[in-house]
Amino acid sequence: MKVVVTSMGEGVDSEVDPRFGRASKFVLVDTETSETTSADNSAGVDATHGAGVQAAETISRLGAECLITGHCGPKAFRALQAAGIEVYTGASGTVTEAIEQLRSGDLQRSGGPDVGGHWG
Amino acid sequence: MIVAIASGKGGTGKTTVAVNLALSLSGNVQLLDCDVEAPNVHLFLEAQPEGREVVGIPVPVVDADLCNQCGECSRLCQYNAIAVLGTGVMVFPELCHGCGGCALVCPEDAISEVMRPIGVVEESRSGSVHLVQGRLYVGEALVPPLIREVRARSCEEGVVLIDAPPGTSCSMIAAVRGSDFVVLVTEPTPFGLNDLELAVETVRVLGIPCGVVINRAGAGDDRVQEYCAAEGLEILLEIPDDRRIAEAYARGLTLVDAIPGIRPLFASLAARIEAVPPITAGYPVEKSLADVHS
Repeated sequence: MKVVVTSMGEGVDSEVDPRFGRASKFVLVDTETSETTSADNSAGVDATHGAGVQAAETISRLGAECLITGHCGPKAFRALQAAGIEVYTGASGTVTEAIEQLRSGDLQRSGGPDVGGHWG
Repeated sequence: MIVAIASGKGGTGKTTVAVNLALSLSGNVQLLDCDVEAPNVHLFLEAQPEGREVVGIPVPVVDADLCNQCGECSRLCQYNAIAVLGTGVMVFPELCHGCGGCALVCPEDAISEVMRPIGVVEESRSGSVHLVQGRLYVGEALVPPLIREVRARSCEEGVVLIDAPPGTSCSMIAAVRGSDFVVLVTEPTPFGLNDLELAVETVRVLGIPCGVVINRAGAGDDRVQEYCAAEGLEILLEIPDDRRIAEAYARGLTLVDAIPGIRPLFASLAARIEAVPPITAGYPVEKSLADVHS
């Protein structure tokens, strides 16, 4: 499964960025092959409005099937749902640790947004 | 002639000046309440309703059968109001500014537009004053499109007074641009002075001449007068700091009717305003979205 983790920097040793729409980077991890790539989110960081929507579109284009982040707002959640991407919030530590949290079932799959708009 | 009454700081007396100036001008006056998030001119005029119209902004609707998810619409949109997600395109109407660009760039002609209501424009009349006010629906964030709708209802002849929203952001610009003169209302306090400076800088960028009304004169210090002298700004009127004025305001009364001695002050302001020459340079009034899309 292709998982995107919001991160402060590139690579799996980076810290998880708790923001989704305005996360610094996205680290894409293929949990079957362990192949990882990092993607820029300057479009979301610089967005005047709708950073969460923009970010959802970006990771949808990356082929993400699952998102791990800290928090997710209402419009971002709607967009991610439309894109068929599973959302897991409340992650912390490094990207590698977040993937481990997902594997061990420590992360709860979100049924809705956990913060209001403009949280990040 | 269009005269806007504006101020950097809120609560300095824009509406007080606008209403009492409207009642002091000779002939018919159109008063546009462009403070659409909190229109309050109507509280001071016993006006007879003449019309009410719901206004909105055009937002896209995507025909899923025609759309091939090429993403041109999403790339164009500066507000991320339309996004290609999975196998479809999703519209976020609350982010859309109604520019219509997505429908124009769509190579498949898959996008049409529907009106999303954002507020109402209400017209009424009180004696010689024709009042047009915008009222934004609660929870809406897009102020300039409604201000443009209010301004689209201004007539060509006579004096048009605009009660602008406070501040120096896009809503104030939408209310002020294209006017011939701006009356900047302030108070003799540090906040009043600071925000007056911001407002003066803003109207200078817009290329509109301006003058200053000092409300509650005597309540603070002389720094506003010193600033106006240093900047070559005309002080059009000083309204004294008088408890009777606050009491009349709180009762919804106009000062020219309730306070003896106020009428000549506003009469001289009206004479000064009637002598304002129209300007031909500067930024034009923006068209309403309905005109842009027709």
